[in-house]
Amino acid sequence: MDRPSDFDLTRREMLASGAAVMAVTAAPHAAEAETQVTHSAPPPVLAEIAFKVNGKPRTLKVDTRTTLLDALREHLHLTGTKKGCDHGQCGACTVIVDGRRINSCLSLAVMHQGDSITTIEGLGTPGNLHPMQAAFVKHDGYQCGYCTPGQICSAVAVLDEIRAGIPSHVSGDITAAPRMSTDEIRERMSGNICRCGAYSNIVEAITEVAGKRA
Amino acid sequence: MRPFSYQRAASPAEAAALAARTPGAKFIAGGTNLLDLMKLEIETPAHLIDVNGLALDKIEATPEGGLRIGALVRNTDLAADKRVRRDYAVLSRALLAGASGQLRNKATTAGNLLQRTRCPYFYDTNQPCNKRKPGSGCAAIGGFSRGLAVIGASEACIATHPSDMAVAMRLLDAQVETVRPDGTTRSIPIADFHRLPGNTPAIETSLAPGELITAVTLPKPLGGQHFYHKVRDRASYAFALVSVAAVVQKDGSGRVALGGVAHKPWRVEAAEAHLPQGAKPTAATLLAGAHPTHDNAFKLPLVERTLGAVLAEARA
Repeated sequence: MDRPSDFDLTRREMLASGAAVMAVTAAPHAAEAETQVTHSAPPPVLAEIAFKVNGKPRTLKVDTRTTLLDALREHLHLTGTKKGCDHGQCGACTVIVDGRRINSCLSLAVMHQGDSITTIEGLGTPGNLHPMQAAFVKHDGYQCGYCTPGQICSAVAVLDEIRAGIPSHVSGDITAAPRMSTDEIRERMSGNICRCGAYSNIVEAITEVAGKRA
Repeated sequence: MRPFSYQRAASPAEAAALAARTPGAKFIAGGTNLLDLMKLEIETPAHLIDVNGLALDKIEATPEGGLRIGALVRNTDLAADKRVRRDYAVLSRALLAGASGQLRNKATTAGNLLQRTRCPYFYDTNQPCNKRKPGSGCAAIGGFSRGLAVIGASEACIATHPSDMAVAMRLLDAQVETVRPDGTTRSIPIADFHRLPGNTPAIETSLAPGELITAVTLPKPLGGQHFYHKVRDRASYAFALVSVAAVVQKDGSGRVALGGVAHKPWRVEAAEAHLPQGAKPTAATLLAGAHPTHDNAFKLPLVERTLGAVLAEARA
């Protein structure tokens, strides 16, 4: 590293002429290039993966770094599943794997060998909506719609979790089977953020589907 | 994210041996914390050993009357287990107070214990952090420290352990079972598992390189009433500012452990003798020697009041 002399040169040139602007902008690039050389990243590693997506067997060859989310969106072009924060905080990427909702952004595609994945595209179609999709439309459970596929996948799994007797933070008697309630739905949906603030309509939609199923 | 090679391990002992002899290797199970940190290049493993196929996902009764929880039991399944709900309700409650439904479906028992002790400056790679880059300094000390440790911290680090589950495990005197790269096994009391930061905040547990957690064992049930009260900035899906795990018996005796106040789950056994006298003397002993910052001094009265609420509920 010879940053001090780079700086001297830049400073001299800056004093000498307007051309120094070029040197100022070039210096950081030079430093960046050096950093890359020092760390010389190993080449990407490819791996093959076979899983079922929305009932169809799929085989992919992906960089091991590929998340399940990126495999779905970039490789299989199932762009219904959304990338929000990409760190498991917003829930926009929620899909259902072997019957359980997960954040697809925090899971590597190569770790899903043999799994069965359901995305929003697998729940229903425009001509044949899943009851949860229909309820979101009816109750206006969205505004911009970006978080909606994640909300709907999460909501479908939430109702299954309550029916399976899995308790939550707001369940009163933890040894008893959880009861369907607005509080339960709100607590269980807390991993899905809606920045438009459609929460009350989302809860109404889920409550309606829960009632029909009961 | 840096490129890495990937393989699935065939047995716990093989996984441990592989991890010890492969440079830059890390285990991956649920991956919810590791992948988050890999994306930010805070964690940069060259090789990932996937342990998900190791059949460590059972919860079994032990001959001593306790439970042996496989390392790969998901947080959702542990919280929902009927025996845990009946005999170790504090553990169910702690698990359900943590993270989101999606994360609990992936996160494992061992992974929960091994999530990084962290603070916002650990995540911000533009800032110095002795945990992320040993010797670089601590930006949290003198920085925004509202959520950070009030006790057991050091001049090098004031981060807090974020787990709720681990606080309940500490309360219950769990044992962490491991296999080492040479194939031998050992059992680590949870009290000795997580470390205080001292001068080496980058080392967070007592695990040796390559050592793999295979199970967490709970002693026989304590009876009593079980509580996990978590105080946080929003009602769900947020780290604790302060949490209180407690088991209270009919005669007022019991146990108490705290989350959100230190680099590890915080329990001081000597404080528990004061439980029948109430929250004030108990909290005073629990937090003796505390060094809060201006921003987080509120945690001291908050611990006392949260414990007070727990004890009032126990008497009701």
